[in-house]
Amino acid sequence: MSLDQLYQQIILEHSKLRHGSGLAGADLPAGAASGQSHQLNPVCGDEITVRVTVAEGKVSGLRWDGEGCSISMASASVLTDLADGLEAAELQRVIDSFREVLRSRGKVPADPEILGDAAAFEGVARYAARVKCAMLSWVAAEDALAQALAGQDHPAGP
Amino acid sequence: MVATPAHLLRSATALGNEEVMRIRNDFPILQRTVNGRPLVYLDSGATSQNPLSVLEAEQEFYEQRNSAVHRGAHHLAVEATDAFEDARETVAAFIGADPDELIWTSNATEGLNLLSYSFLNASLPGCPAESRRFALAEGDEVVVTEMEHHANLIPWQQLAARTGAALKYIPVDDAGNLDLDAAAGLIGSRTRVLAFTHASNVLGTINPVSELVALARAAGALVVLDACQSAPHLALDVKALDVDFAVFSGHKMLGPTGIGGLYGRAELLNAMPPFLTGGSMITTVTMDRAAFLPSPQRFEAGTQKISQAVALAAAANYLGETGLDRIHAWETTLGQRLVEGLEAIPGIRVLGPAAGRERIGLAAFDVAGVHAHDVGQFLDSRGIAVRVGHHCAQPLHRRLGLTASTRASTYLYNTTDDVDAFLEAVAGVRGYFQA
Ligand SMILES: Cc1ncc(COP(=O)(O)O)c(C=O)c1O
Repeated sequence: MSLDQLYQQIILEHSKLRHGSGLAGADLPAGAASGQSHQLNPVCGDEITVRVTVAEGKVSGLRWDGEGCSISMASASVLTDLADGLEAAELQRVIDSFREVLRSRGKVPADPEILGDAAAFEGVARYAARVKCAMLSWVAAEDALAQALAGQDHPAGP
Repeated sequence: MVATPAHLLRSATALGNEEVMRIRNDFPILQRTVNGRPLVYLDSGATSQNPLSVLEAEQEFYEQRNSAVHRGAHHLAVEATDAFEDARETVAAFIGADPDELIWTSNATEGLNLLSYSFLNASLPGCPAESRRFALAEGDEVVVTEMEHHANLIPWQQLAARTGAALKYIPVDDAGNLDLDAAAGLIGSRTRVLAFTHASNVLGTINPVSELVALARAAGALVVLDACQSAPHLALDVKALDVDFAVFSGHKMLGPTGIGGLYGRAELLNAMPPFLTGGSMITTVTMDRAAFLPSPQRFEAGTQKISQAVALAAAANYLGETGLDRIHAWETTLGQRLVEGLEAIPGIRVLGPAAGRERIGLAAFDVAGVHAHDVGQFLDSRGIAVRVGHHCAQPLHRRLGLTASTRASTYLYNTTDDVDAFLEAVAGVRGYFQA
């Protein structure tokens, strides 16, 4: 497998674009709830914090803060674009699909219908050492989403 | 007294590319390809490769002598014990120690943990009088440096946390050297242990052992030397360096994984409380207590790393026959070539001493706008193996304003062509990643 199949153009671009980067505190709209999760890759010391906001069962925003390799930065950026406006259950389905592809060591092809631009990370699955880089923000988003949903069930005071 | 090891008597004519090409024939793994390219192995600082003589020594042991040591009266047990103890003698001589001052460990990390746990045991109530000199308590200090590998940091951090002692750091200056003025201020009457690395696995700096030992001696502190990056690459003489303890790992010096060594002055080792306890380390055992053997058995509980010890001795012989001074001189050439080449590439920041300054044969660096993981991946696609990440030195990377870096590290089997192939590839990294 060639390096270009790992570093697809979409990945190199998103690693620079970093959509969703910056966690500046935004006010939560009434009825919305948010969750936040910090994840660390102990191998390289890379860290990411992802915040997911949910309103009426839909993802109304995903923001993150972190530093890392091009794979981890691009995957957070692509995830930001994908998540916006999805039903919470839909985002979970996308995350599950992404995880299945990445952990398959190349055996499960990515479905662009479900994963959109994130299908470009298919090649990462063949590089066991890099799977964690691609998954970092997605694991954080999954955790943040669960917290946001729990918060929505029990909204904080007025 | 041990005789001066042969490797210290060699002249320091560096190896050359031609000789290195012959050396490479002894290393089967160096003949393989990676991603369709000949392997360029520049990660010996993490783990070195094994010559045939090492692989054969291990196999020969299993084929001819495999048996328990120090127990059993049968013939194989005698031969195995001889091979095991001969190996200790060889490796002890290799570092300038007496055989009973060399304890086999799994690796350097275990050697450092052995020390910190032994000192912790000495700090517990009821510790025998002869061990009290190793006890730590509130008000005491352990001094390390900012450039330590986690292996020579966390055991001391844990020991300090458990005994109430304070952990102090000798700072690293911007040129990658220890700040000796600061060290002189830090090491004083409260200092019980000074633990530092002989050579940095990230910066390549060779630390001034004698200056640091002098400060520790004046303060009455014990000196622990992490020789992981020196024992494989330069003629090490722990007695001449006058340290109390030293650790190293076999897999970084052409030996197998699973074995390393802890050197300690005999008088200290025999006064220290044991770390691991059990079979093979006792004299008399009753239902409520046990008396312990002297060093080295005192610290070698349970079945030992016998074939690994035998293979490590073969590695020490291989290095000794080649000549440590010659290896060191060659790696100095390679290290300088690495640094000069890297410094000439735009956007590269070399960590540690600048070109022309003393360093071991490795160089870690940062590439502007490209993460170390991506650098390593790019190099791997060209068959070049390097290490990326924090190299188990997070406090040092934080001090340098980084989370990760890329490191190329050489050994006696690397040619100038290896270095040049690496430099050529690094020059293409920023373009590829559009940095
Ligand atoms: C300076 C230094 N100290 C300690 C270690 C730990 O060695 P090991 O993992 O073999 O115990 C290393 C190896 O990476 C090292 O470079």
